[in-house]
Amino acid sequence: MAKTQSTLKNMLLCLFIVSFVSAGSLGYVYEKTKEPIAKAALSKKTSALKNVLPQFDNDPLNEKYSANTPDGEITFYPAKKDGRLVGTAIETFTNKGYSGNIRLIVGLLPDGRINNIEVVEHKETPGLGDKIEPAKSKFSDQFNGKDLSSLVLKVKKDGGDVDAITAATISSRAFCDAIQRAFDAYKEKRGNN
Amino acid sequence: MNKFFDNLTKGILKENPTFITILGMCPTLGVTTLAANGIGMGLATTFVLIMSNVFIAILKNLIPDKVRIPAYIVIIATFVTIVDLVIAGYFPALYAQLGIFIPLIVVNCIILGRAEAYAAKNNVLDSLIDGVSMGAGLTLALTLIGAIREVLGTGAIFGHKLIASDAILIFVLPPGAFIVLAYVIALVNKINKAIYKG
Repeated sequence: MAKTQSTLKNMLLCLFIVSFVSAGSLGYVYEKTKEPIAKAALSKKTSALKNVLPQFDNDPLNEKYSANTPDGEITFYPAKKDGRLVGTAIETFTNKGYSGNIRLIVGLLPDGRINNIEVVEHKETPGLGDKIEPAKSKFSDQFNGKDLSSLVLKVKKDGGDVDAITAATISSRAFCDAIQRAFDAYKEKRGNN
Repeated sequence: MNKFFDNLTKGILKENPTFITILGMCPTLGVTTLAANGIGMGLATTFVLIMSNVFIAILKNLIPDKVRIPAYIVIIATFVTIVDLVIAGYFPALYAQLGIFIPLIVVNCIILGRAEAYAAKNNVLDSLIDGVSMGAGLTLALTLIGAIREVLGTGAIFGHKLIASDAILIFVLPPGAFIVLAYVIALVNKINKAIYKG
């Protein structure tokens, strides 16, 4: 087969066909994967909620509400059992991470104590800052059962109550910042209600 | 047959895309903090490499020379986006690790380099083999660097802890990538010299 000459018509036609076919196939794949992607995101969220909340029998995803803060949105997922509030999962964030944002889900009991914390997303350094993940170190366990109204959410170096991760003070501070944000937004919402 | 075998194995050592032609340094340095990341990134790139090589070999005579680069880029970008969507949909755990690096495969020099240097000049079967070979070489290279950095930097391999205490942290940080890469390149060159004399 002879090589197609680089005339204006051929070039236009070639690029048009290539773009057209690629757009078509991308549209097809997008439609096909839309559902699995949404499902994966949902199952990730559901398992995170189950992890941070005590047993519940409602669907917190359906009853979520949110608060706008100057830096972004914080979402609340109330968990109820027999119609009574047993805890609230707060999806919070911080922009003070060592590299990029950190997103957490904090499970808060009605009396203001932390039930459990799950890390949703972070880009902290592997081997250092990634110890904020519950699976990688005990750092996040120290918050469990603590009462947020009395806990000083600062690392010990800054005069707070939190044991920082060795060599990852910035990540530890960011973690505290995210929880503080969650609690502030929670208090504000409560005050309004 | 010998030529076929050469074509299939050249990507491992002789023309290894990472160690010999030093292409695609962004993913090489960026994702290799863990051995598992290296494998994931290597396999995703291999898929794109094979698909783009095959399609470009098929279409090489239909694409006019003056617009070949934009046409190649569109073809490559299409496959990368497909990989991105499929991994996000069906392998969410892998996507959490590699998510930000997958779109970068588009600008990975290895893929455009093989398209331009090989697939645009050879038939479909040879281009397919070239894609497999280069992909294998890349996957091996990324896994090797990832494994070395993981062992030295975190004291673990594929997530299994070998030592209880902390390790030499610099190896999981960006400078560690350069240090490991340099030593491995030196070693590969030495091995290559021994195998392919002259």
